[in-house]
Amino acid sequence: MKLLTHNMLSSNFVKGVTKGFPLKIMASKIEEKEVDFNPEFISRMIAKLDWPALYTAAGDIKKAEGLPETITENYESNEDFLKIAHNLLLQVEIIEGDLICPETGRKFPITNGIPNMLLHEDEVTGDK
Amino acid sequence: MAASTKGKMQPVCNTCRKYLFHFASEHFEFKLAELKAIASLTKSEFKINEEEYDEKNPFLVVELPSEDHVHKLLSRSVLLRSVYELWAEGQTTEELNNNIRQLPSQFISPYLQADQSFGIRVESFNKKIPQNIKTEKIKALPFDVLDFQGKVDLNNAMNTFHLFEYYGYECSKPPEYPFHLYFGRWIAGGQRDRIQDLHLQKRHFIGNTSMDAGLSLIMSNMARVTNNSLVLDPFVGTGSLLVAAAHHGGYVMGTELDFLLLHGQGKPSRYKQKKRASDESIRRNLEQYGTGSRYIDAIVGDSSKHDMWRPETYFDAIITDPPYGIREPAKKIGAASDEYIISEEVKDIHIPQKVQYQLSDIFRDLLNFAAKYLRLGGRLVFWFPVIRSDYLESNIPRHPSFQLIANCQQPLNSKVARRLITMEKIQHFQESSSDASVDQDHYEDKSFRQRYFHQGKEFPKNETKS
Repeated sequence: MKLLTHNMLSSNFVKGVTKGFPLKIMASKIEEKEVDFNPEFISRMIAKLDWPALYTAAGDIKKAEGLPETITENYESNEDFLKIAHNLLLQVEIIEGDLICPETGRKFPITNGIPNMLLHEDEVTGDK
Repeated sequence: MAASTKGKMQPVCNTCRKYLFHFASEHFEFKLAELKAIASLTKSEFKINEEEYDEKNPFLVVELPSEDHVHKLLSRSVLLRSVYELWAEGQTTEELNNNIRQLPSQFISPYLQADQSFGIRVESFNKKIPQNIKTEKIKALPFDVLDFQGKVDLNNAMNTFHLFEYYGYECSKPPEYPFHLYFGRWIAGGQRDRIQDLHLQKRHFIGNTSMDAGLSLIMSNMARVTNNSLVLDPFVGTGSLLVAAAHHGGYVMGTELDFLLLHGQGKPSRYKQKKRASDESIRRNLEQYGTGSRYIDAIVGDSSKHDMWRPETYFDAIITDPPYGIREPAKKIGAASDEYIISEEVKDIHIPQKVQYQLSDIFRDLLNFAAKYLRLGGRLVFWFPVIRSDYLESNIPRHPSFQLIANCQQPLNSKVARRLITMEKIQHFQESSSDASVDQDHYEDKSFRQRYFHQGKEFPKNETKS
């Protein structure tokens, strides 16, 4: 699972949860896989991101080094910044670990790079 | 009428030029819809004579401002075979030749020069014509005007000219003389070859319901997926739609209820294959086609749980083939009774129970989901299965945030079809706005599976629905 995906996921569908974002990451296996650098796409995604959540997530997996706490101004033309964001959003992958609901502590396991966001039937809140 | 002949087209725009579009003879209802979607994506608006449009005729005269626009349409279309610069047309050889003779000399002279090699081909639609007759037909062209000075080259000519004879539909008995003739200069071909390049037969990871490459590419065109689009398939399966979206430059992700399928551990679908290979995955499929960098993630998830996504998540396109309950179950997580509790000891190894997910609910949910998570101007493209004899336009779900762009039927057999629905988000999502609705439920309270297998028994054809 990439951090770009993590930035879009929430546990708001768990019973009693009001926001469920960002999910905490506990990773036991992380890999970096090479992905073509595409500054245009990264710029598009940065505009959609919740940056503080990305910053926190990077901290969870000890990848926050060199990452600014806030989005750099005029980032579209700052290649160094875009490359850091590219690596963090698309190249870093959590292979094994858990996503943890910030409100209930409910764990969503990540196995072989694929997060499992399914609830058990007794946790389903009904038709949301 | 088996084949309507066409009169001379009135010029729709003065500066436009006429091109002859030659389509593949399949997916008739999709041809114009695909073309319109690509035109709106590439800003190459075209004009045709809509009144005389005949979807079964593979030839269509189209007006466009320039050849650049032709190339833009050809760069994406799966249903276009080739496009020709239309030089002349007619209902008889005489009429065609007269029209060729009337071509302005400055229009044809560049192609007549000594340094321009050329070739001429005769193609007939719905009638086999022997080569010697074809040669006669070439000889009958007005070479007093078509005074080619260059060398003849049958394989790699700089300019290739085609004489088309249209004898009606494929299933009708051809008449002695063609209904219509066209003469034009070949410009370029479309993307038919991509169907073979991305064919399921050679794909690493497939399942029972993997969408064929041609239809997947059409869906991606309808959804206007382009370079750097963020694309989601909420019922992703083996990711066949994502293969097409990534081919068009989209960054792709999907959710799937079936844990074993996403992990490549389920039962294989290929004949004689006993076990899935250890590396069967959606990512592996994209890598096979050189689009591995466009893969974002596949997530095991229940797409009826919209709150799995952060509210500000905006996809550029949502393309999907929801489960109909024929070859795959239409399910979501849920308990049969409200009193259901799982003890702590078994929680980690427990596989959640699934409940039937009614088809009409799937589609309403899908529209509500897309209304919230699609960007304004983004498109939702999905398949909607129907019993043909019962289908009504009012069966298609609606949502105040969406405008219906296209609704194209693909017949599956005499009873059943599926319709490709394309919708565009035209209004921002508001919590207060009304939800998706359907005027007349095509599936009522029965699963499509029941209707599919018992049609004629439980649901007599003449039964009227309230």
